[in-house]
Amino acid sequence: MARRKFSAPGDEIETRHPVIVNRYRGFTRVNHWITAACMIVLLLSGFSLFHPDLFFLTKLFGGGQNTRWLHPIVGVVLFFSFVGLFVQMWRLNLPRKEDVEWTANLPELVLKGDESKMPELGKYNAGQKVVFWGMSVMIVVLIVSGVMIWEQFFPKLVPIPVRRIAVAVHAFAAFAVILIFIMHVYAAFWARGTISAMTRGTVTGGWAFKHHRKWLRELAGRSDGGSAK
Amino acid sequence: MTDRAPQPLTAAANPPVQPLESNLLPSDVVRVSATKDVPKPDRQLTEVAKLIDVSKCIGCKACQSACIEWNDTHPTVEENVGVYENPHDLTPDMFTLMRFTEYENPETNELEWLIRKDGCMHCEDPGCLKACPAPGAIVQYSNGIVDFIHENCIGCGYCVTGCPFDIPRISKTDHKSYKCTLCSDRVAMGQGPACAKACPTQCITFGPKEEMKKHAEERIEDLKSRGFEHAGLYDPQGVGGTHVMYVLHHADKPSLYAGLPDEPAISPLVREWKGPAKTVGLAAIGLAAVGAALHGLFGRALEVTEHEEEEAQELVDETTPGAPADKGDA
Repeated sequence: MARRKFSAPGDEIETRHPVIVNRYRGFTRVNHWITAACMIVLLLSGFSLFHPDLFFLTKLFGGGQNTRWLHPIVGVVLFFSFVGLFVQMWRLNLPRKEDVEWTANLPELVLKGDESKMPELGKYNAGQKVVFWGMSVMIVVLIVSGVMIWEQFFPKLVPIPVRRIAVAVHAFAAFAVILIFIMHVYAAFWARGTISAMTRGTVTGGWAFKHHRKWLRELAGRSDGGSAK
Repeated sequence: MTDRAPQPLTAAANPPVQPLESNLLPSDVVRVSATKDVPKPDRQLTEVAKLIDVSKCIGCKACQSACIEWNDTHPTVEENVGVYENPHDLTPDMFTLMRFTEYENPETNELEWLIRKDGCMHCEDPGCLKACPAPGAIVQYSNGIVDFIHENCIGCGYCVTGCPFDIPRISKTDHKSYKCTLCSDRVAMGQGPACAKACPTQCITFGPKEEMKKHAEERIEDLKSRGFEHAGLYDPQGVGGTHVMYVLHHADKPSLYAGLPDEPAISPLVREWKGPAKTVGLAAIGLAAVGAALHGLFGRALEVTEHEEEEAQELVDETTPGAPADKGDA
């Protein structure tokens, strides 16, 4: 079996007529949605402690005390869940030279929806890679700074001056994550046909051809690329 | 109708014999954590202060006992590890603590035993209140008392991060933050703090802040006449002054006294974190969300065309190795 260069284990052409391509296995999808659910709980609970005007959001979790213990625990769940995603996705998110060309043509895509000048891509484009690495780095920053300010279990872990740095860094990293999150959610909606990759696990051939042609090409060329079904 | 209790003038004031109403009202609050636009109180209480003259302290810990008794706390009995501090540190059940320092004065070559009663300083600009995310969990009264309102406390520990003096302690049992209240409940009834009342040497005194400052002046003069040329008042302006003040024999070096901060102030990090950065951050997030929504409404969605589906079909048909594919549906 040929080595995969642009695709991950489990990526395959599911049916050939019409072309339906399997983009994410069930395991990856469950992993993604656990992460997503944690992220939403963390955003809401984090927002409620971030600004007094948003403190009312603590009511969603049954009050301030509940929000206070829930937030860090969900944070730990998210961290480990994200590690699962990281292990599955890091290789295909390594930068490649076509990312430079893609980025150079990004304004055309955003302002005019014109994708014609874009190079052929593997499973991820440079925007998706920015989301991936941005999240990876920021989630590490958040878990480290978060543990430092976790009063319930680690009150004496770091001296108070370090805690002051940690609390500011935590807020800043959360801010960055929220911007990345908005970018991620919006891009999935903007590029129509994307969301099914994480719900049913599949995308249409046309979607793969339009956005990730090298990926489609590799899958089509594999002898297991859609056999059996 | 019963009368309001008088404002307390001394530590020794005895409890009233007739029933009186509290003289520390919710409307006397001037600052409230995580709350903008606190209504201006219709009266200004006399600013009070506790003055601790460390040169008079004999380390008897009567103040600690009085504090425990009045606040009905139950500090755990700990092990003797060979130091005088007991308990080992401030705890959620010990709001004040005698800290002992053995100081070899290089100028006189004498050993000095410096004893400082540690506890909440009741800052004019309280770092705990600034850092607190829970509306109403920390309040400051117009007489200067900074008080924790426990039913609103969520136990996050941000007050610990904000406090320049390392005072608040979070309880492991009810997950709420505790510290000295300056006996706000006694002050409300015209009495001084329990520690001041119990102090056998009048090292701890209590009253209007201006009077306490005058009293401190006398004490400082006395200390200077005895050779402590650097004697002075500790009322640090970095936090806007405090409502617990010290008379120190070495006021030029407060950190000698078990690490009393030389120049306490709310950390710039806490100020930034709790300052305009929050609003700017929220605005940027809002802008990003609105920008995305506008792009979604007015921008061009990346739709996959029929033509692209056909091209994909061609690509798959052409590149597939070993054509006898799947169940002849190709």
